[in-house]
Amino acid sequence: MRELSTFLYRRPTMYLLLLLVPPLLWFGTVYLGSLFTLLAQSIYAIDEFTAKVVYSPTLATYKQVVTQPANIDIILRTLSMSVAVTIACGLIALPIANYMVRYASPRARALFYVGVMLPMWMSYLVKVYAWRLILAKQGILSWLLDTMGLGAALEAVLRIPAIGGPSLSASYIGMFIVFVYMWLPFMILPLAAALEKVPESLLQASADLGARPVQTFRRVTLPLALPGLAAGSVFTFSLTLGDYIIPSVVGAPGYFIGMMVYQQQGTAGNIPLAAAFSVVPIVLIMIYLAIARRAGAFDAL
Amino acid sequence: MRYRRWNQPSLGARLAAYAVLAFMHLPVLVIVLYAFTTADRTYEFPPPGLTLHWFAAAFARADIWAAMRLSLSVAAVATFLAIILGSLTALGMARGRFRGKESITVLLVLPIALPGIITGIALLSAIKSARLDPGFWTIVAGHATFCIVIVYNNVVARLRRLPRSWIEASMDLGADGWQTFRHIVLPQTATALLAGGMLAFALSFDEIIVTLFTAGHDRTLPIWFFNELFRPRERPITNVVAVVVMIVTFVPILLAYRLTRRGAE
Amino acid sequence: MTCAIEFRDVSRVYGEVRAVDRVSLTVEPGEFFAMLGPSGSGKTTCLRLVAGFETPDSGSVLLNGRDVTDDPPYARDVNTVFQDYALFPHMSVLENVAYGPRVRGQRKQDWQRRAQEMLELVQLGHFGERRPSQLSGGQRQRVSLARALINQPQVLLLDEPLGALDLKLREEMQLELKNLQRRLGITFVFVTHDQGEALSMADRVAVFNRGRIEQLDTPRTLYTRPATAFVASFVGSANVVTGELAQRLSGRSDPFAVRAENIRLRTLTATADAGSMSCIGDVADVQYHGAMSRWQVRLDSGEVFAAALADAHANGDFKVGARVRLEWSRADAVPLAATERP
Repeated sequence: MRELSTFLYRRPTMYLLLLLVPPLLWFGTVYLGSLFTLLAQSIYAIDEFTAKVVYSPTLATYKQVVTQPANIDIILRTLSMSVAVTIACGLIALPIANYMVRYASPRARALFYVGVMLPMWMSYLVKVYAWRLILAKQGILSWLLDTMGLGAALEAVLRIPAIGGPSLSASYIGMFIVFVYMWLPFMILPLAAALEKVPESLLQASADLGARPVQTFRRVTLPLALPGLAAGSVFTFSLTLGDYIIPSVVGAPGYFIGMMVYQQQGTAGNIPLAAAFSVVPIVLIMIYLAIARRAGAFDAL
Repeated sequence: MRYRRWNQPSLGARLAAYAVLAFMHLPVLVIVLYAFTTADRTYEFPPPGLTLHWFAAAFARADIWAAMRLSLSVAAVATFLAIILGSLTALGMARGRFRGKESITVLLVLPIALPGIITGIALLSAIKSARLDPGFWTIVAGHATFCIVIVYNNVVARLRRLPRSWIEASMDLGADGWQTFRHIVLPQTATALLAGGMLAFALSFDEIIVTLFTAGHDRTLPIWFFNELFRPRERPITNVVAVVVMIVTFVPILLAYRLTRRGAE
Repeated sequence: MTCAIEFRDVSRVYGEVRAVDRVSLTVEPGEFFAMLGPSGSGKTTCLRLVAGFETPDSGSVLLNGRDVTDDPPYARDVNTVFQDYALFPHMSVLENVAYGPRVRGQRKQDWQRRAQEMLELVQLGHFGERRPSQLSGGQRQRVSLARALINQPQVLLLDEPLGALDLKLREEMQLELKNLQRRLGITFVFVTHDQGEALSMADRVAVFNRGRIEQLDTPRTLYTRPATAFVASFVGSANVVTGELAQRLSGRSDPFAVRAENIRLRTLTATADAGSMSCIGDVADVQYHGAMSRWQVRLDSGEVFAAALADAHANGDFKVGARVRLEWSRADAVPLAATERP
């Protein structure tokens, strides 16, 4: 054993290879291999008559994705939801994160941290299902609005074309609420971390120079917390962009990118189209990452 | 204007913060409540009555047990693979500079950075191209990939905090590489390994996004659950399963969190 | 007699930086050897090369005449006391001390007994069951000493072991270490950046600068006969005289050094001693240091000299702003190596 030890000690490269080759082999074949297959599939096309994949490289599938109006619809719909969710998460996370960091006593702060992390760890599917229950026609939210006399208002909101739907649990606004709920911890935690890095002395200096709390927040805290916001937004944006479960469970009839991918590989068997569609979120996320990086997101992660 | 100290929060701010916190925990309470309702066809609120009947009914369902067994075995195998491969990776990457180290780091971030749907469709196209049959091992393959990353992150963070002087001291005193690993490295990283393993287990058990692509005709518990959402047969049974899933995934994560907190002190 | 340690033209390079640059040295058995230098000078790297934590890029390391350049640390008859003590927190103090014998396969009752003996040797006999986190800095240091010495190594390496201790404790430990070394008779190699420590404890000192040894000598020789400007200013405080001033004072342009305590302050009217050098300047600053006081005197040509005198010799003629003459005997002007290494 000692000889083996000394042998490997004198050959650090071999030792490294011994450690890294098995996992990298797995990763390379299972993960990278799959990704390459995906990209490969996206440059093939499906023959419309035989419904079989034609294995000659073509950009026709990509063209289909970015030019057909129905597809553009889908992409824009998903994109706008992602942006809306990101903005909403940011707006909600700011007050609670700020409170957590600045004003809460140490014990309350610990409670808040655990309280924010706990829902993050709960089962994803169970959380989605719970919202289905809450938003259901006779569920808690309807009951609450009814007892407050807002039942008619809810009906009116649901009739608005862009955000409404047949019922709350099958509408865009319902979907929006669920998305915001799901990704809120992912926005709160990096934001809180970034806010913690803002030294108390800066805020005191600002107050000393005559700024009221709101002004200090707007001029000192917010700009310095931007990296945290950017980091959190990366999560909310990419998670919404690629999700297909929530739109299926709590969604209006309109399709989202994720649902398109899932559906195309399933019943239609059109893997090239599914593949091409799945490249869209990758591209969008990379663009968003480039923007977020400028805002300092990578320093806050 | 009512005077208050300049750095004390307003009542509104405090209310808002606690309101958001409550909002984040509402759904869990709802699930637990609905598991006891007597209404079997609707989601009506307030529940007409409370009963334990559905728990018994759920326990009698064979298909639920089958799905549970599949989920548990997939999670067990995936976690096992993750612990071995993840630890090896962490040991190799913890220290030292070598060519390609940055690329490997990027590679190890991808499964978490890219949306699950990408991983799912990628694996499916690979399965189809290789003309394999989706089944137990394809599910495990998908899970193990991100489980490896989870274990790796936990262990490598712990390894990097291990002072190099301890390892040097051990070797200086006469312990070879293997003895140093056994006496010094392993005891110090055991909690991180355990925490990573439990986290991986919980996430594998709960996994739905990738599994829907790689499972073929097999049904893990989340898949069973997902299907039930569109066929509202006996809703309260679904609620009971939801409670079970919640507990099975929540407990390991909580334990993992406690372990990492203790390890960091 | 074979040397305990020998370096033959050893180099260790990190990219562009030559941490150790073709160093050769020998350490005699039973010697208390110090490696002195500022941080980044290569002294710690040399220590690690002896221990085996680093491998040289060229040259060879010999222990007791045997080439150990490729040997891992556990194969060398050398033990180290680390700067951060490196005690294993998940083991008791006794288990820490017994680690060496344990991994070499000794039986439990044997290593328990020996570890207890070592703890008594460092006056920590009752601390066996404690954890390292429950000990003070000084106690931890003694545990790491015991842990190293239990293996009866031929050479003990100490990496700035007293740096973390406060002044009083440091002085105590210096005495203890010296006594311990004398009693055990093994070779001690000691790395420090504190020249006072090196001078008071070591038999011989190697002064490191930028990866090279500038001078390897006994403390007394280092102090009275520094070989280079660096050694002159690092060991004790010296005035280094170069260029035009050197030419003017000594008649040659080669640089030389004068220790501050060898300079006498004279009034302008006093007669110069024969066989001495002198120059004139204004007192810029006086600092009181208890037994001694230090004068900073600025010459007309701009250079600043430091002179240190016992307080008893000080008098009113030498206040700030006064014009004084500095004087020292020729014998106290130590010639330095003519060329500065780039």
